[in-house]
Amino acid sequence: MILDSKIPAGPLAEKWTKHKFSSKLVNPANKRKYDVIVVGTGLAGASAAASLAELGYNVKAFCFQDSPRRAHSIAAQGGINAAKNYQNDGDSIYRLFYDTIKGGDYRAREGNVYRLAEVSVKIIDQCVAQGVPFAREYGGLLANRSFGGAQVSRTFYARGQTGQQLLLGAYSALSRQVANGKVKLFPRTEMMDVVVIDGQAKGIVTRNLITGAIETHAAHAVLLCTGGYGNVFFLSTNAMGSNVTAAWRAHKRGAFFANPCFTQIHPTCIPVSGDHQSKLTLMSESLRNDGRVWVPATTEIAEKLRKGQIKANDIKEEDRDYFLERKYPSFGNLVPRDVASRNAKYVCDEGRGVNETGEAVFLDFRDAIKRDTRKIIEQKYGNLFDMYKQITGEDPYEMPMMIYPAVHYTMGGLWVDYNLMTTVPGLYALGEANFSEHGANRLGASALMQGLADGYFVIPYTVGDYLAQLAPTKVDENHPEFARAKEEVKQGIERLLKINGNKPVDYFHKRLGKIMWDKCGMARTEAGLKEAKADIQALKKEFWSNVKVLGTNEELNQTLEKANRVADFLELGELMVDDALNRNESCGGHFREEYQTPDGEALRDDENFAYVAAWKYLGEGKEEELVKEELVFENVKLTQRSYK
Amino acid sequence: MKLTLKIWRQKNAADQGGFVTYVADHVSKDMSFLEMLDVLNDQLTEKGEDPVHFDHDCREGICGMCSLYINGKPHGPQQTTTCQLHMRSFSDGETITIEPWRAKAFPVVKDLVVNRSAFDRIIQAGGYVSVNTGGVPDANEIPISKTVADLAMDAAQCIGCGACVAACKNASAMLFTSAKVSQLALLPQGQVERKTRAEKMVAQMDAEGFGACTNTGACEAECPKGISITNIARMNREYFSAVVSSDNM
Repeated sequence: MILDSKIPAGPLAEKWTKHKFSSKLVNPANKRKYDVIVVGTGLAGASAAASLAELGYNVKAFCFQDSPRRAHSIAAQGGINAAKNYQNDGDSIYRLFYDTIKGGDYRAREGNVYRLAEVSVKIIDQCVAQGVPFAREYGGLLANRSFGGAQVSRTFYARGQTGQQLLLGAYSALSRQVANGKVKLFPRTEMMDVVVIDGQAKGIVTRNLITGAIETHAAHAVLLCTGGYGNVFFLSTNAMGSNVTAAWRAHKRGAFFANPCFTQIHPTCIPVSGDHQSKLTLMSESLRNDGRVWVPATTEIAEKLRKGQIKANDIKEEDRDYFLERKYPSFGNLVPRDVASRNAKYVCDEGRGVNETGEAVFLDFRDAIKRDTRKIIEQKYGNLFDMYKQITGEDPYEMPMMIYPAVHYTMGGLWVDYNLMTTVPGLYALGEANFSEHGANRLGASALMQGLADGYFVIPYTVGDYLAQLAPTKVDENHPEFARAKEEVKQGIERLLKINGNKPVDYFHKRLGKIMWDKCGMARTEAGLKEAKADIQALKKEFWSNVKVLGTNEELNQTLEKANRVADFLELGELMVDDALNRNESCGGHFREEYQTPDGEALRDDENFAYVAAWKYLGEGKEEELVKEELVFENVKLTQRSYK
Repeated sequence: MKLTLKIWRQKNAADQGGFVTYVADHVSKDMSFLEMLDVLNDQLTEKGEDPVHFDHDCREGICGMCSLYINGKPHGPQQTTTCQLHMRSFSDGETITIEPWRAKAFPVVKDLVVNRSAFDRIIQAGGYVSVNTGGVPDANEIPISKTVADLAMDAAQCIGCGACVAACKNASAMLFTSAKVSQLALLPQGQVERKTRAEKMVAQMDAEGFGACTNTGACEAECPKGISITNIARMNREYFSAVVSSDNM
């Protein structure tokens, strides 16, 4: 099988314009005859639902939270990139495109990434028009900052709550369409399956989380805007409810899953404090602009520190190893996320970690406070410092912060073509749920950009092109496929409720997370991955024989919700390991220890691995089939990323 | 630490509900409040008892999904969300009482979970600028003074958790509603619909069964995001000037 990315021919800068023109249009009077389902109400889902409803389609929007405003996009702190070049510092659409391709370690499609950079400028206009209170300069114009090591200032922000403000903007647009009667909202409703009829997506099966009712919904197209799968690691910066279920069930219905092993580990998170830990908290990347990352120069000093015999401030300057500044003199503490994370792991593996668990490094503001005064640092990072103190009980103005990398974002996801359509016609994936624009590593402040680009400016065109080819007649919800899919969902739930084993769901989730983190995390080896595969298979077996899910389906049952999600994470985990085993190279967030340069940097193999690894589900217990989409680079020259 | 927990248990909306007492052993001061409940729930599950249901999601203080009325205060003793509250705020041997938000407009769903969709309906009544996607001016076309943008941002930080309603003896939603009215009334983009917005959102707030505001300031004191009651004053001004010169004739 050959995967057709449907990238339009022609010069890079003209592809999207041409494509929009060649897309078919739905007659304005006919739009009301088409139904579209949007699952998930984060940046991608809310913006898509609102925009499609504005065009006149009938939209049903689903989310598992109690309100669309809770989606985890809300937690993004730093900002959103856009190639506005308001700062006159040399930014352009092409530069944002180039930075994104390079940052992704050359594992993304040129055509998609260029389009993303192109529409980025419109996103800011849209958000401002909605009343998003972006930061401004004294003259009243929008402020920008440089973010995540970018050489230009192209990041727009709203204090440390950019994701919140953008999501509330999209949520307000969505709310307006709910009021207009064009969007029907289904909060506390989880998608359990996709209904595929004659090879086309025609609806979904859902579970009402309050009553347990299993219901079907028919539509002409289904949009999955359900976020990433970072919670496969149990501990991550994702929300507790973030899950892969919608994407995974779509995968089992025929949607290929691409590059699942590409996960992003964020370097600046608050370290794990104990077994009770339920999630990890991100400290904004912006802290690395002023904080210096270090560990003790020797294991002996680190040992004393861990035993509490000395404090960080007792360690003399010459006994400190500012390892990022030492290894990467030109980028220093601002190296990209994957490089910063990996190096923190190395020094901790050497026994130089600084907290009780030995898995933490210092992020020190002593010199910045000395240089700029405490007041300035307070203005810049006050809320982050407060949050740190709230969680750890320590004052970062007095003591260096302790940080450690944590899973933050997943670049992999459902395979989509240029139209954001999966391999199942009529089924789309937007935002973090798809695999497309970030390659093997995402740049800071690009997730918000992609979610909104997909929802506001891409899908309204591409879904129209598909719908225009369908007859404007209602999808028949009485088709036997709806009943069959519904029955299968019911059986799956009954199966979970019947096990009545001895262990709570989290027991399995935590063990899965540990396997993934140890063997398919920041650094991976062939041997480790093979062990991980066997471990996951054994764990899966144990889960299905010994998990304890109390209560019934016909009530609010949070244990059942979790069990459903963990069952899917167990299957996804195995595929991630397969994908990591297959990719015999290191690139971006995927670091295979066997493939590194003499000085320990990621060693890509462009000759053999410049492709998207898309996986096809072949049935329960069967190995998935790998289908390759070769990546073609017509504009960018592939180089080794270097931040020395 | 060893703690006694008095937790509100209620099977569903129809059930009368009541307190059940549990003992939480081996609580570490580094745990978050919700992690303490996670551990309790795992123990309950192993014993075959129904775990305590509560709302939560991001666990970093921004999604607004967590709630809990702890020892008579929404989100507990600190001015944070419950998910950011850590056990070091409590002492060994303490008894902690945990209840759901109490308000007519926030009916209990189960245990500590309440239905806050009334807030969504208030926003749907007018908490937006009516612009469609595309066709908007360049983002820098209209300069906005930094002071105004900052004030709008102060109001926009509301996370919609409902602590203001839970804190208020009248279960008033004025702080929540006024935060959105203020944000949009301050910004030039919100001017066109300024009057109708204030009228419609206030009308929806009343229709949902929230109480009136008697200026006790409890909402501001308990708001985990420090939303100021000056927003309420601004909304009152907006509302009164709207009703005397209404566009809704």
